[in-house]
Amino acid sequence: MSNFKPRTKQELAQRVAQDIPEGAYVNLGIGQPTLVANYISREYEVILHSENGILGMGPAPAAGDEDFDLINAGKQPVTMLKGGAFFHHADSFAMMRGGHIDICVLGAFQVSATGDLANWSTGEAGSIPAVGGAMDLAVGAKETWVMMDLLTKKGESKLVSACTYPLTGVGCVRRIYSDLATLACGPQGLSIVDMVEGLDAATLSKMIGLPFNNDMKDASY
Amino acid sequence: MINKIADTIAQALEGTSDGATVLIGGFGTAGIPSELVDGLIDQGARDLVVVNNNAGNGEHGLAALLKAGRIRKIICSYPRQADSYVFDELYRSQKIELELVPQGNLSERLRAAGAGVGAFFTPTGYGTLMALNADGTPKESRLINGKHYVLEYPIHGDLALIKAEAGDRWGNLIYRKAARNFGPVMAMAAKKTVASVHKIVELGELDPETVVTPGIFVSKIVCIEQKATQGGGFK
Repeated sequence: MSNFKPRTKQELAQRVAQDIPEGAYVNLGIGQPTLVANYISREYEVILHSENGILGMGPAPAAGDEDFDLINAGKQPVTMLKGGAFFHHADSFAMMRGGHIDICVLGAFQVSATGDLANWSTGEAGSIPAVGGAMDLAVGAKETWVMMDLLTKKGESKLVSACTYPLTGVGCVRRIYSDLATLACGPQGLSIVDMVEGLDAATLSKMIGLPFNNDMKDASY
Repeated sequence: MINKIADTIAQALEGTSDGATVLIGGFGTAGIPSELVDGLIDQGARDLVVVNNNAGNGEHGLAALLKAGRIRKIICSYPRQADSYVFDELYRSQKIELELVPQGNLSERLRAAGAGVGAFFTPTGYGTLMALNADGTPKESRLINGKHYVLEYPIHGDLALIKAEAGDRWGNLIYRKAARNFGPVMAMAAKKTVASVHKIVELGELDPETVVTPGIFVSKIVCIEQKATQGGGFK
């Protein structure tokens, strides 16, 4: 048994932030991806997009300074940075779909080795369907990154050969940042970018039940 | 003289017919024209098709319109919320029809309606349940330059209810921060657009360089006093 320690949520957020270059236009999805903002270096400028019509989104306001006309896609109060801009919904999604947003970071229920994403519905009977902007975000950004734990609480791999949950997008994910490893995915399958200390490729491959193709060049980095 | 200013909400909403498609702006706490929605409840039109990003919260505004049994169908991207119990109950008891639309497709379908576009191919939703019609048949799709697209049609409104910050008697509008959201595209997409504003200004006071929605897209504006929108909120 290998001896390794998974990344905490904060460490994972920090790992994602490391790969965001200066000048990038970035959309951080609701939930865990929002944490990434806390770890983007203050040494350089990254512009955050919120699909409800904001570029240049800043951190949460101090208590008492909330403005309910200034909220993010998760409907939480935010602030604006100098140089920020407001625009309407159709322009906002044009930024996404039109490939103007460099990176979008999303959570996931499942990701396939070829980059299919399932993150909007577990298909549970009787549940009320709700998709929001997930499908537009998944296929629109130049790069879609997923941030998730590699295994479910029951120990099942969230990385799969084919998603069993309803799809959000087909072949749209380029990178998976997880608690155990950073992986690249695409038409050639999965390849390892990095792993937590003490974990080896064979153990990881066994955990997720999928092979790696590390001859594949990770085209983006 | 052109004067789009209505003295009352009732006057602005006069003539709304049963069966109308009503576009309602707003996202989260920002840009919801709650007073206009209340006005629609008083006005009495039934059998409505409502387009909004969500499907109502708590028991006010859109949720109240739902609860009053006045909506036949809702077109939205995200009906399920912590306090969307009015919609949830109607949906589960099959008393309302739901058309779920990804948020970007929703805004683009509205924009297309306003811009006179007959239909458009979008990559969003390709290969997912959103690429199916209500009857389960696949929507038309096309491979363009190596990428898959789904054909989506415009959403035309009979009436749009939106919230802006300030307007003049020609109907020119400016918005406040992220309250802009669906306002400009919904204003374009409806035969009649009613905007609530917190301030009515004289012609010429809005800088033409910064007008967001030109008055051509607006039919009526009503001034609503700015007041607290949330307990402990900013205004």
